[in-house]
Amino acid sequence: MDTINIKIDNKNFQVPKGATILDAAKSVGINIPTLCYLNLHDLNTINKPAGCRICVVEVKGRKNLVPACATECVAGMEILNQTVRVLNSRKTVLELILSDHPTDCLICTKNGHCDLQSMAMNLGIREIHYKGEQSHYIKDTSPAIIRDMDKCIVCRRCVTMCNDVQTVGALSAINRGFMSVVAPAFEMNLEDSPCTYCGQCVAVCPTAALTEVDHTNKVIRELANPKKTVVVQTAPAVRAALGEEFGYEPGTLVTGKMAAALRDLGFDYVFDTDFAADLTIMEESAELLDRITRHLNGDETVKLPMLTSCCPGWVNFFEQHFPEMKDIPSTARSPQQMFGSIAKTYFADKLGIKREDMVVVSIMPCLAKKYESQREEFATNGNPDVDYSLTTRELARLIKQANIDFDSIEPQDFDHPMGESSGAGVIFGTTGGVIEAAVRTAYEVFTKEKLHKVEFQQLRGMDWIRETTIDFNGTPIRIGIAHGLGNARKLLEEIRDGKSHYHAIEIMACPGGCIGGGGQPFHHGDTNILLARQKALYAADKAKVIRKSHENPAIQKLYREFLGSPMSKKAHELLHTQYFDKSNQVEITKD
Amino acid sequence: MIPMKISETSVAKIEEICREFDNDKGELINVLHKAQNAFGYLPEEVQKVVAQNLNTSLAQVYGVVSFYSFFTMVPKGRYPINICMGTACYVRGAERVLNEFKGLLKIKVGETTKDDKFSLSSLRCVGACGLAPVVLVGEKVYGRVTLDNVQEILDEYKETVPV
Repeated sequence: MDTINIKIDNKNFQVPKGATILDAAKSVGINIPTLCYLNLHDLNTINKPAGCRICVVEVKGRKNLVPACATECVAGMEILNQTVRVLNSRKTVLELILSDHPTDCLICTKNGHCDLQSMAMNLGIREIHYKGEQSHYIKDTSPAIIRDMDKCIVCRRCVTMCNDVQTVGALSAINRGFMSVVAPAFEMNLEDSPCTYCGQCVAVCPTAALTEVDHTNKVIRELANPKKTVVVQTAPAVRAALGEEFGYEPGTLVTGKMAAALRDLGFDYVFDTDFAADLTIMEESAELLDRITRHLNGDETVKLPMLTSCCPGWVNFFEQHFPEMKDIPSTARSPQQMFGSIAKTYFADKLGIKREDMVVVSIMPCLAKKYESQREEFATNGNPDVDYSLTTRELARLIKQANIDFDSIEPQDFDHPMGESSGAGVIFGTTGGVIEAAVRTAYEVFTKEKLHKVEFQQLRGMDWIRETTIDFNGTPIRIGIAHGLGNARKLLEEIRDGKSHYHAIEIMACPGGCIGGGGQPFHHGDTNILLARQKALYAADKAKVIRKSHENPAIQKLYREFLGSPMSKKAHELLHTQYFDKSNQVEITKD
Repeated sequence: MIPMKISETSVAKIEEICREFDNDKGELINVLHKAQNAFGYLPEEVQKVVAQNLNTSLAQVYGVVSFYSFFTMVPKGRYPINICMGTACYVRGAERVLNEFKGLLKIKVGETTKDDKFSLSSLRCVGACGLAPVVLVGEKVYGRVTLDNVQEILDEYKETVPV
């Protein structure tokens, strides 16, 4: 690697040629504060509009200060990062930003997690010397995301995620000068825009301009109602991230503590979405094998590749952006919805209660799950299969509000029968995990032989698009994986253009899969956190005795007692769904 | 979402403009420029069809339209009035001239009179600083405009309204 010599604060350093001042300083352990800048290096995503001007430094020989994030180092450059001029400029810039920002930090949802708040603390802001106009916007509440643009600092991190990474194109910076803000086209509500509720904008928002719709109070009311049986399910990715909210290292599995805390909160039955993930695999792999078998037998009407359908952000994406391809994804419902549907039929019957007396709460790493649970097709006579979908962050808030000492709480197990799961269920939370779980079952059903090596390294990792061919005893099965909706788009365009050669494709809307979901504890741009969560899920799988969905005894029992076989009439009714054209096409009229 | 309608010929016109720029999203500003020339303004449905043709998002198109004051989503009047607010014109009283137009037409900058006759906008320097303050009505340039001239200018268009 070519290097050049520069000086930072009068000390000599050798730094990589072509590096920005910010990266160069970082490489030698010098911290330059940033606010709008966001670098998700493991995901090849960078936001550096050089807009906030917090990272300004002095360069000897230059009249003006320069933004470190967007200025390349040149040989012999002398950079000053700690002069009074630099420090005062940063303070001025921040005070100007704060002069148009509400100061309700004490009661703000982002209190303690806000990058703007930490910056104000770090720069020692004690007074805002600038009194000027304040922007006021109407709060925009959608089924999953709240936009409170009074708190927007126009850093454009969300715009980068929404357009460059996800290619959803719901948000853009609009207007100019003091009027500039981030909004959907024509300032329409998010609900009317092509938003998929993937929540990646919320995941990277430095302030509380973009937050999740909070259902914790509604859940507390249900818990306090003695007439209701309140059942909770926890998604795989939650156990690998919840600990971070309580000071644990990223990647610490807190499955048992989480189950114990949920019981302390008053949930009557503490179940696991992993159980429903196993159920999803039963249905999805049966559907995949059905399609492949028909294809091999020459049926030309069969749609291949089959796309996974457990990610609601992804479902919203193709309904909005690729409605002509809505018959390609598997019709299997997501684990969240399969859980709700089985809980309010099979399990409610077992308890001898009416579905109206049961409340199903889900804990999800996801914001799109909030919308999914509210879809009309997932309700019977207006009673939803899943009543409330909370994020990992909301669960942490519930636990803190209830004064539960997460540190000292003894781990407990999930309840039976919907708490039992295989290792295949737990890896659902990471990119590559759903398809690996499906392969473990599909292989054995298709070949009628035992699969000895259940781990498929070639399906794992963090590369945006991955592919491999797995030998199903003489039949090569070609598999594709994409995470991040922009990458999903690439694979979809291949299918549309007739260039796709896969049999099955797994798609997850969020970078990293559910571990990087919009409802997870904030990673503040540190992608190592995602890698640690991913590692934790694979470790959880490895620690399981049963690692294939079809070997889960509770699943076998469910089919025996209730569903019959995968893709049976009952399974179709309760576990499958259909998709809709939700694109907003402009109507073309005759002249 | 808001239902949008557009005529076949308008779609064909937008497609033609986009093709001229190879449907390249990097040419968005030029495409919008031409589209505004063709339609007089950039209504929602025009932006939507532009976005589809350039394979970019409606939000990003609207971001550009709302950023540049040249672009407008309001139909212009038959006689669009532009008042130069560049430095030279400003110091020679352009703002007072602008206020006079606002008062007489009873509209604000960016608006169009109810009879669609006049619309009012301001721009930054037309390069005729020697004539400051400068007013344009359509393509016609008026120099050294005084407050008294304002009514006179409007009157010029009184008799010529095409019905």
